[in-house]
Amino acid sequence: MTSYPDAKGHFGRFGGRFVPEALQAALSELEKAFADAQADPSFGEELRRLQRDYSGRPTPITVADGFSKHAGNARIYLKREDLNHTGAHKINNVLGQALLTKRMGKTRVIAETGAGQHGVATATAAALMGLECRVYMGEVDTKRQALNVARMQLLGAEVYAVAAGSRTLKDAMNEAMRDWVTTVDTTHYLIGTVGGPHPFPYLVRELQRVISTESRAQMLEAHDGLPDYVVACVGGGSNAIGQFYDFIPDEEVALVGFEAGGEGIASGRHSATITEGTTGVLHGARTFVLQDADGQTIESHSISAGLDYPGVGPEHAWLADTGRASYEVVTDEEAMEAFKLLSRTEGIIPAIESAHALAGALRIGRRIAEEDPNARPRILVCLSGRGDKDTGTAFDWFKLSGQPDHVVGA
Amino acid sequence: MSQFDSAERLGRSGQVVARCLDEGRPAFVGYYSVGFPGVDASLEAMKAIVEGDEGRGADIVEIGMPYSDPLMDGLVIQRANTKALARGVHTKHALQAVEAVARLGAMPMVMTYWNVIEAYGVDAFARDLAAAGGGGVITPDLPADDCPEWIEATDKHGTDRIFLIAPSSSEERLRMTMQASRGWVYATSVMGVTGARAQTSDAGPVIVERARKADPTIPVGIGLGVSNGDQAAEIGSYADLVIVGSALISCMKSDGNDMATDLSALRRLSGEIASGVERSRA
Repeated sequence: MTSYPDAKGHFGRFGGRFVPEALQAALSELEKAFADAQADPSFGEELRRLQRDYSGRPTPITVADGFSKHAGNARIYLKREDLNHTGAHKINNVLGQALLTKRMGKTRVIAETGAGQHGVATATAAALMGLECRVYMGEVDTKRQALNVARMQLLGAEVYAVAAGSRTLKDAMNEAMRDWVTTVDTTHYLIGTVGGPHPFPYLVRELQRVISTESRAQMLEAHDGLPDYVVACVGGGSNAIGQFYDFIPDEEVALVGFEAGGEGIASGRHSATITEGTTGVLHGARTFVLQDADGQTIESHSISAGLDYPGVGPEHAWLADTGRASYEVVTDEEAMEAFKLLSRTEGIIPAIESAHALAGALRIGRRIAEEDPNARPRILVCLSGRGDKDTGTAFDWFKLSGQPDHVVGA
Repeated sequence: MSQFDSAERLGRSGQVVARCLDEGRPAFVGYYSVGFPGVDASLEAMKAIVEGDEGRGADIVEIGMPYSDPLMDGLVIQRANTKALARGVHTKHALQAVEAVARLGAMPMVMTYWNVIEAYGVDAFARDLAAAGGGGVITPDLPADDCPEWIEATDKHGTDRIFLIAPSSSEERLRMTMQASRGWVYATSVMGVTGARAQTSDAGPVIVERARKADPTIPVGIGLGVSNGDQAAEIGSYADLVIVGSALISCMKSDGNDMATDLSALRRLSGEIASGVERSRA
């Protein structure tokens, strides 16, 4: 299994490098630079040092006994990627790619961002390593996520709002690619997910893989062995592939990804790419895509900006095709219930993205309790990020007033 | 006779280029997006591009089929194509445009992103394009070394395959890409996206020379940035095809509200480029 992708970046019938010729040379250069870096012990040492001293790895596993009470007879384990510096798994990828950027002698990074989490992570790594940084963000998203725009600016990055197309993440990716075609000599395009042309799906997987490498060892050492289920949310799919990867050879472990069902599949307003999409080519890779009969991309929808993307990493498409992983859909409503439940039972406010995985874990636990009341399934959930950024969304969703419950001393 | 004499390598569209070269000039390729400002209006625009203002316009019309995520296109073409999509352009309209251009006596070709072709059906697209009288397809995001299905379909239906080369292409990739092409090869003269530029790139002659060394059997076209007759004359002095896109689209300023004025601007520019191409090797 570890030999995937092949030399041309294929995961079975998915993947590849569908980009303008002008970028082919840069992608080959990146592929070579990463191969060299992997063969160079000093690269790994530097990355591990940053992961430990800067990001705070290894992240712990928290046994969520309070939350588990709502999941049938299941016991739920949380891999705490929310405890990373900048509050999510995104930092795992950007630290590695920023080191590679310097290794290639480039001085500038560009990135696309939806909610702003990958943009903030990229701006963070750029500040740390002295790289110039520009972040492309859909105009709609810059308005929804003004706080993250300000965070990026505080970190010294330039934020470009993209007013083309649907003005969201996919258009930000298009614009970043256009920038890259023009500036490829000095610039690295720091893609935030396991999508895009080869070698990005491979490169980002290898950088996110630390999540499963750590958590597999932690389960074996401190939690009585492998879990029965490993679950994660899937937008582009970087936390999920990181959380799945080292468990792929463990055939007794079920891998389940949860896509954003938005307002429900029937509404047409969702981001359930694997469940509802068809095979196509988007942003440089063959994968599942939400598209119409002419191959035009359809806009996705989710309450979670981080899952709001009409494509998915090609390796997930392949895992779905081969049946090694399965994918289900969680609606906005289910995710927000899980969001609230984790906050109340564990004192952890999750990112709404991660709340999709939590809702999925609740569903699996309840389903198994019905099927076999004697089963005691163990479910490992990737808690990919913290929910501070989502306070505004929660405010609207739960119709919070922002007013104190009582006033005293008046 | 031009230096290109293999009918097999020239396919349908390359023979048009060879004929132009025999007349002592390069071929003029005019890009226009089907569906902008509307489907019928875009067919009129293509007619204006073919006819020019003094009966002399484009030899080949590169019919752009809009795509929702056009990585290679600059703002002018993006805006036009976003509008065309919003107004309901479909892939079948590109094939209608092919028929219309063929009736005018020019060589129609289609430029679109790979997902559009894959969604239509790879074999079906090559078949229907050929049946409509199209010469071939320009695929800006399809890697020539990873598309066996396209090679098979285009061979079966006699459709030309135009791949892109770039200043950053290695010698090995130049050779591979040109050998996979049939008709001609599209050289992007600058590292960047489509759009008119004030000055032509000095990378143009370099990439054409490199391409001729890599594979002398097919013509080399230069695109990206050509906006007037003088630039066309300059590029035509060394390239076999001069490709103009954004500048033509820019003529359609009124968004369909004043077609008469827009079409006459389009005819003028098309005529100017045709005469630039005409004098380029004089």
